[in-house]
Amino acid sequence: MAAMLEIAALDAYYGRAHILQGVSFAMERGQVLALMGRNGAGKSTTMKAIMGLVPPAGGSVSFEGQAVQGREPFEIARLGIGYVPEDRRVFSELSVMENLSVAQRPARPDAPHWTPERLFALFPNLGRMRDRPGGAMSGGEQQMLTIARTLMGNPKLVLLDEPSEGLAPVIVEEMAKTILALKAEGLTVLISEQNLHFAGNVADRAAIIEKGMIRFTGTMDELKADEAVRSQYLSV
Amino acid sequence: MFDLILTQTLNGLASASSLFLVASGLSIIFGVTRIVNFAHGSLYMLGAYIAWTLVGRFGPADALGFWGGVVLAALLVGLIGVAIELLILRRIYQAPELFQLLATFGVVLMLQDLTLASWGAEDKLGPRAPGFKSFLIIAGNRFPTYELFLIAVGPIVLLLLWFLFQKTRWGTLVRAATQDREMVGALGVNQRLLFTSVFAFGSVLAGLGGALQLPREAVNLHMDLSMISEAFVVVVVGGLGSVTGAYLAAVLIGILHAFGILIFPKITLVLVFLVMAVVLVVKPYGLMGRAPVGQARGHGPAEPLLLPADGLTRLAGAIGLVLLALAPLVAPDHILLTLTELVIFALFAASLHFMMGPGGMASFGHAAYFGLGAYGAALAVRWLGAPMEPALLFAPFLAGLAGVVFGWFCVRLSGVYLAMLTLAFAQIAWATAFQWVELTGGDNGILGVWPSAWAVPKTSYYYLTLMICTLSVLALRYSIFSPLGYALRAARDNPLRAEAIGIDVMRVQWIAFIVAAFAAGIAGALFAFFKGSVFPTYMAIPRSVDALLMVLLGGVQTVSGPIVGAFAFAGLHEQLMKATMYWRFGLGLSIVLLVILFPRGLVGASLMGLERWRRRRRPAPGLAVEAAR
Repeated sequence: MAAMLEIAALDAYYGRAHILQGVSFAMERGQVLALMGRNGAGKSTTMKAIMGLVPPAGGSVSFEGQAVQGREPFEIARLGIGYVPEDRRVFSELSVMENLSVAQRPARPDAPHWTPERLFALFPNLGRMRDRPGGAMSGGEQQMLTIARTLMGNPKLVLLDEPSEGLAPVIVEEMAKTILALKAEGLTVLISEQNLHFAGNVADRAAIIEKGMIRFTGTMDELKADEAVRSQYLSV
Repeated sequence: MFDLILTQTLNGLASASSLFLVASGLSIIFGVTRIVNFAHGSLYMLGAYIAWTLVGRFGPADALGFWGGVVLAALLVGLIGVAIELLILRRIYQAPELFQLLATFGVVLMLQDLTLASWGAEDKLGPRAPGFKSFLIIAGNRFPTYELFLIAVGPIVLLLLWFLFQKTRWGTLVRAATQDREMVGALGVNQRLLFTSVFAFGSVLAGLGGALQLPREAVNLHMDLSMISEAFVVVVVGGLGSVTGAYLAAVLIGILHAFGILIFPKITLVLVFLVMAVVLVVKPYGLMGRAPVGQARGHGPAEPLLLPADGLTRLAGAIGLVLLALAPLVAPDHILLTLTELVIFALFAASLHFMMGPGGMASFGHAAYFGLGAYGAALAVRWLGAPMEPALLFAPFLAGLAGVVFGWFCVRLSGVYLAMLTLAFAQIAWATAFQWVELTGGDNGILGVWPSAWAVPKTSYYYLTLMICTLSVLALRYSIFSPLGYALRAARDNPLRAEAIGIDVMRVQWIAFIVAAFAAGIAGALFAFFKGSVFPTYMAIPRSVDALLMVLLGGVQTVSGPIVGAFAFAGLHEQLMKATMYWRFGLGLSIVLLVILFPRGLVGASLMGLERWRRRRRPAPGLAVEAAR
């Protein structure tokens, strides 16, 4: 079977800064892949480039065999890629229900179908604050809301940008459970992560990015066994 | 007494409705697209004209004919709005805020001439509304039922808008997009469609506002600018983005007008200004508004660094100056006159640039200070019998004084709020010159403002102008690279950090505002003696826009831009005036095309070209920048 997501030689710039310098990796359906690397290595930019939020200067992104680079973000989202930004970006003046309704898309045959009720089963906290404005929620609650919001689009592939960043340890545990629950639903998940422990708990495979290039790809176990790679690219 | 108060209150409420419709449309469009649509007053005007035609055709006496015409007119204006959005705005959503504003002003000019060409210059009287032709006796006064109908329209529309925004999916999307457009797109919402629909909706509101005025006042070609400046006031007072605020402010302004006309017929606009001033001092972002998230700034993302002129620029400037100085030797009189005017406009543009570029404060009413300089000179001649020299000295101080007062309010705001406020102030200055007939001669202006005998020959006056303007422009340039200029740019780039290192941001901006007003006053005074007369039009909106055009044409973030821009603009203007009676359309079209093709201005564009050329010859090493997220 062809890869679900295939990124080849992806190039991207911010102004004159060359951020992605030929990023390539692929993901199979149902996989959870952790894109790892230090701050500024290019993790977030890779996700934004997949999503069309940063226009790729070269290379290709193909999703289920279809080239998506150069398309508008909304078209890419409608193909079935859900994006959860690192800085959350909940609509602070909209209630939880309204935040969810913004992202609502029709059901797809080949992806789990989400309704607010199903999401509230996954995130019980949200169910208790349906009418609360997004701006009046805690950081952890907002993080859950952004994931729930993205799921309302019934994606096949979810891009989670640093989901554990800045969260209390208890919430990080909950986040790991959430990601495993999404995997159990059959979703394909790309997470960007700096924390090896967290990534080890949720991901099957890892790709390491450094200075805009992929330096390592392999299973999580291979990464755990490879002391040299870890110390070169991940230790602070 | 009581019945008088009642009638005037009802009058005020009735006039508030159309104002509210236009202002809420403006506000909603701004919220989502971040574009301040200068052409919203023009859409209002088109609504009135189209309704006049449709109602006339469908039969004004027939209820279906009248109301059908009104509704259809509003919908047609919505379609015109869609056309504007698709053809123009869609191409410039990425352009700096000011260029977007400028493009919509280009649309104002085009629509003015299109309206003139379609309906002619004379006013059109509309029919009375079927079903609302009678009067009600309220407290012994006859009160037209149509007015009562209009009073009801405001709250009804407010309620419908509330329902639309709170209870429908479209409304939710609009509110979400108002907060974070990009995220809405990443969640699968087609932004283009959303923007177009929002623009169409806002246009329908404006068109409806215009169409409903049909039974109330004669349809005329001045409805656009008078409405847009009032709508700006309403939006600023009510709070940008707040529909409820817009309604409250519209009612406030409407009632104020109604009573003002009764009590102080001469100073209604001053009254409006006073109320606006009080509101803005107490609540800088309006009655129901909120401070913009992050620091609102007038320009695009990256400000290129301003550097003192290098050798080449200095040489070019010196050569230009020598050529100008030698011009009288060869140039015939009419060329010399044009050159005098150009030199004055170059100073006018440079003064605006001073506050806009380094200061980051876009003024949409810079003509006020130009006009006050001109009036300062003319009043000194007329009422004090002053000769030219002291009059020229006195005049800029009048402009500077206005800068002190107006600036104090303006520097409390930033971005488009500031721009709208400057426009409102300019309208007040204009209205004062227009209404205070005893002092200023009103529309007839002040004639006989001639230079002293020695400066009467065209060559002498040209040299006088060239000398004063050159010195003033150099002084402005000098201050850009003085500590004041550095503080000003620091305040523009990051107000919070500037405060943190001990810069009193408001004070620095205030000083810059006053300097810019003073310099514009010098230009105005020279212009008064050059023309020999002054008129209120010196302070009108089109003159302010001329200055903006010159600055933006040249490029805001270049020091020599405004001068190049002034010459380019004046040349374009003159050629168009010669070529066609519909020069406004030509000018508007040129503005729109320029904004689409050169969003960085002429000098900015050529500098970018130069930079690109340099880079191609010596490619920069492909460095991956750390901390790149």
